[in-house]
Amino acid sequence: MNGVIGHAATLLALLIAGCGAAAAFAGGWSGNERYVAWARRAGFAVCALVALAFLTMEHALVTHDFSVSYVAQVGSRATPVFYTVISLWSALEGSILLWALVLSVYTAVLVRWSKRHAEPGGDPQLAYALGTLLCVNVFFLLLISWPANPFRALSPVPPDGPGPNALLQNSPFMGVHPPLLYTGYVGMSVPFALAVGALLAGRLSPDWTRVIRRWTMVPWTFLSLGIVAGAWWSYEVLGWGGYWAWDPVENASFMPWLTATAFLHSVMVQERRGMLKTWTITLIVSTFLLTVLGTFLTRSGVLASVHAFTQSPIGPFFLTFLALVLLGSLTLLAWRSDVLRSEGRFDAALSRETAFMVNNLLFAAFAFVVLLGTMFPLIAEATRGVKVSVGGPYFSQMTVPIALLLVFLAGVGPALPWRKGSLELLRGKFRWPTVGALVAGAVLAVAGVRAPLAWLTFVLAVFSAGLLVVEFVAPTVARRASTQESWGSALWRVCASNRRRFGGYVVHAGILVIAVGVAGSATFRREQEWYMVRGAVEPFGRYQVGFDSVWAAHESNRDGVIAATTIYVGGSVLTRLNPRLNYYKSAIEPIGTPAVRENLGEDLYLVLMAYTADGSHAMIKAIASPLVGWIWLGGGIVGLGALFALWPGAGKATPRRDAVAGPVRARARPAREARV
Amino acid sequence: MAWNSRRTSVAIGGAVVALIFAYLIWGGIGNNLVYFLTPGELLAKGSSVYGTSVRLGGIVEPGTVHWDAERHELRFRLQDDAKHTVEVLSTGVPPQMFTEGIGAVVEGVWTPDGVFHCHNLMIKHSNEYKAPAAGTQPAEYYRQLFRKQQS
Repeated sequence: MNGVIGHAATLLALLIAGCGAAAAFAGGWSGNERYVAWARRAGFAVCALVALAFLTMEHALVTHDFSVSYVAQVGSRATPVFYTVISLWSALEGSILLWALVLSVYTAVLVRWSKRHAEPGGDPQLAYALGTLLCVNVFFLLLISWPANPFRALSPVPPDGPGPNALLQNSPFMGVHPPLLYTGYVGMSVPFALAVGALLAGRLSPDWTRVIRRWTMVPWTFLSLGIVAGAWWSYEVLGWGGYWAWDPVENASFMPWLTATAFLHSVMVQERRGMLKTWTITLIVSTFLLTVLGTFLTRSGVLASVHAFTQSPIGPFFLTFLALVLLGSLTLLAWRSDVLRSEGRFDAALSRETAFMVNNLLFAAFAFVVLLGTMFPLIAEATRGVKVSVGGPYFSQMTVPIALLLVFLAGVGPALPWRKGSLELLRGKFRWPTVGALVAGAVLAVAGVRAPLAWLTFVLAVFSAGLLVVEFVAPTVARRASTQESWGSALWRVCASNRRRFGGYVVHAGILVIAVGVAGSATFRREQEWYMVRGAVEPFGRYQVGFDSVWAAHESNRDGVIAATTIYVGGSVLTRLNPRLNYYKSAIEPIGTPAVRENLGEDLYLVLMAYTADGSHAMIKAIASPLVGWIWLGGGIVGLGALFALWPGAGKATPRRDAVAGPVRARARPAREARV
Repeated sequence: MAWNSRRTSVAIGGAVVALIFAYLIWGGIGNNLVYFLTPGELLAKGSSVYGTSVRLGGIVEPGTVHWDAERHELRFRLQDDAKHTVEVLSTGVPPQMFTEGIGAVVEGVWTPDGVFHCHNLMIKHSNEYKAPAAGTQPAEYYRQLFRKQQS
C-alpha cells in the first residue's frame, strides 16, 4: 500500500510539475495572469504530493514495510527509530527523494513569496522563474518515478532488511549533515531559476538583483553549515582525526559554495555600481551547474568516493540534464548580453570594487583548482587510458595561497571605501590592526610557532580581525559621541542599522576563526599508536594515556567493543575516554567510534584500533589536534552572522531603505570617512 | 581610445595571470598524481616508477603475512590475477579486517630494493554493504588475526 501511494504521488507530482512549467512559460510569454495562477497552484500541489511521498516512505520505514524496495534495502527491525527515520537519505533513491522534497518546498515558498511581490499587470520574469524551477522539479521527479524509484514493489516480501549503511547509523550527525547540506545545495536552484527568469524576460532590474541575492543567502547559509557539519561528522566518526580529505563528494559540495560566495560579493558591486552583471549571472548559473555536476559525479558511480552510492543507471540522465542546462544557460547569456551591459566603470585601483574583483578572481580560481583536481581522473582515463587519482597535496599546494589571500581580503575589503580610497583614510584604519598583527607575529614567533604557513595564517587572521573590529568600533564611537548612549546599545543600534553589512562582517569573522582552526590542526597535529597491555600508561605530549580494560556491550542494532582509558596530565586524572569499535549486521568490518576530549585549545582524540579476544591487550591510537574546535566554532559564527543579516524583520525594511539611500550613501561615505 | 587601450592592457594582464595559473595547476597536478596499478603492471614498468606515488591493488597472498608487533611493521606479498607478486612493507596497524587472501589496496612508492613502501593500507570491499553470509562472525576475523600476530 505504501509503495502504491508513494509511487502514485510522485507520478502525479511529475505530471503536475510538467503542466505547471508549461503554464508558467505560457503565462510569462503571453502576459496572461490566469496561466501564471495555474502554475502557482501547480507549485503548491507538487510540494504537497512530494511531501506525501516523503511521509509515505517514512511511514513505510518506521512500520518496517519490507514490500517497498527501498525499505528492504535500508531498513531493519533492529535499527533504533531515530536511525530508521534518517535512513531515508542513507542510499541513492531516498537521497533523491529528500532532494525532491527540499526542491518542492523551495518551489512552494517561492510561489508564496511571488504572490506577495508580483508586480501588478504581470511579471514575466517571475513567471519564467517559476517555470524554470518547475522544470528542475520535473527532472528530479522523473528520477524517482523511474530509474531511481524507491517505491518498487517486492515479491516475495523479505522478513527483515540489512539496515542502513553501517557508517551512516554510527552517529547522530547523519540526521543533521545531509538535511543541512541538501537545503543549501538544492536551494541554489532558486537563484538560478530567478536569473534565468530575468534573462528570458529580458530585464534585470536592481530590485530583481536584490531578490536573487536574498534567495542565494538562504541556501548559502545552509550550505556553509552543512559543509562544516559534514567536516565535523567526518572528524567524529571516521576515526582518522581529520575532517577534510578532498574527496570528490566534499569537493562537490565545496565548489558551489565557492562560486555562490563569489556571487554574493560580486552582486554587491552590481547593486551599487551596475557593473559586472554578466559575471554575476554567470556565477549563479555556474553554482547551479556545479550542484548538478556534483550530484552526477557522486551519485552515478563514475568517481570512487566514501560517499558514492552503488553503481546506478541515473548517470546518463544527469549527463543529459547537465548538457541541457549548460547549453541553455550559455545561449541565454549570449542572447541577452544587452540586458547585462555594464553601467559603471572602475574609478580607482584602491577601492572596494577592486577588492571585490580580486576576491571574485580568487574564488573563481579556487573553484577551478578544485574542479580540475576532481575531474582530472575522468579526463586522464578518457584521454590517456590510465587510472589515476589526484593526491591531496595538489589541493593543499594550490589552494592554501589562495585561501591566505582571501583571509587577508576578509578584513581589507570591508575597510576599503567604494569608488576611491584615500591613503590617509587607510592609514587611520590600518594603524591598530597592523600593530596588532605585528605584535601577534612576534609573540607567536617567540612562543615557538615555526611553521611559516601557520604563522602567516595566524598573523593575517589577526590583521583582518583587527580591521573588522575597527569597522564595528569606529561607527559605535561616532554614534556615542552624538547620542551619549551606552557602549552596548550604541553598538547594537549601529549593527541593527545595517544588518546586512554587519552580519556580513560577522560571517567574515567566522571564516577567520575557521582559517585559524584549519591552519592549527593541519600544521600541529601529532599522532602516535601503541600496543598496550592492560594497566599500561604511555606518554603522549603533555598527556599520559592509560589503558584500563576492554569490554563488550550488546545493543539492538550492533555489538560494541569498548576500551576504557584514563588520561592523566601531570599525574592527576584529566578525563576518561572510551573509544569503541562497533559491529553492525550490515557491515563486514567494524566501524570505530573515536572518543574525543573537545577543547578549544587542543582536542585529544583516541581510536581503538584493535584488541585481543581475552581483553588483555589493545592497540590504541592517539591524535592531538590543536585548534580543531575553532572550525566548528567558526561555523557557528558564520551561521549567526548570516542569520543576523537575514532576519526577516530587517529583511523587509532594510533593503528598501538601502535601495533609496544606497547610491546617496555611497557617494557621501568617502567624504565623511575621510574626515575621520 | 583610452577605453580601448585600457581594455587591452587588462586583457593582456589577465592572459598572463591565467597562463601562470594554468602552468602552476599543470605542475601541481603532474607532481601529485597517484597511479592505480596491479602488481603485474608495476613489475612491467620496472625502474621507471621508482619513487612515483602508486596505488597498488591485489590479493594478500596467503602465507606471506609477517607482523612485527614491536615495530608496528607489516610485511606481506600482494598478488594479482596473473600471480605476479610484489613485496609490501607497511608501517602502522593494519585495518581491522586485514587478513590473508583478502583484497587490499596499498598506497605508497616502489623503491629500488624491490619493496613497495606503503603508507596507507586499505581493504578492498564492495561499496554495497551486504549482510555477511550466514554463519560468519565478522568480529572473529580480527580476533583471530590478533591471536595469530601474538603467537
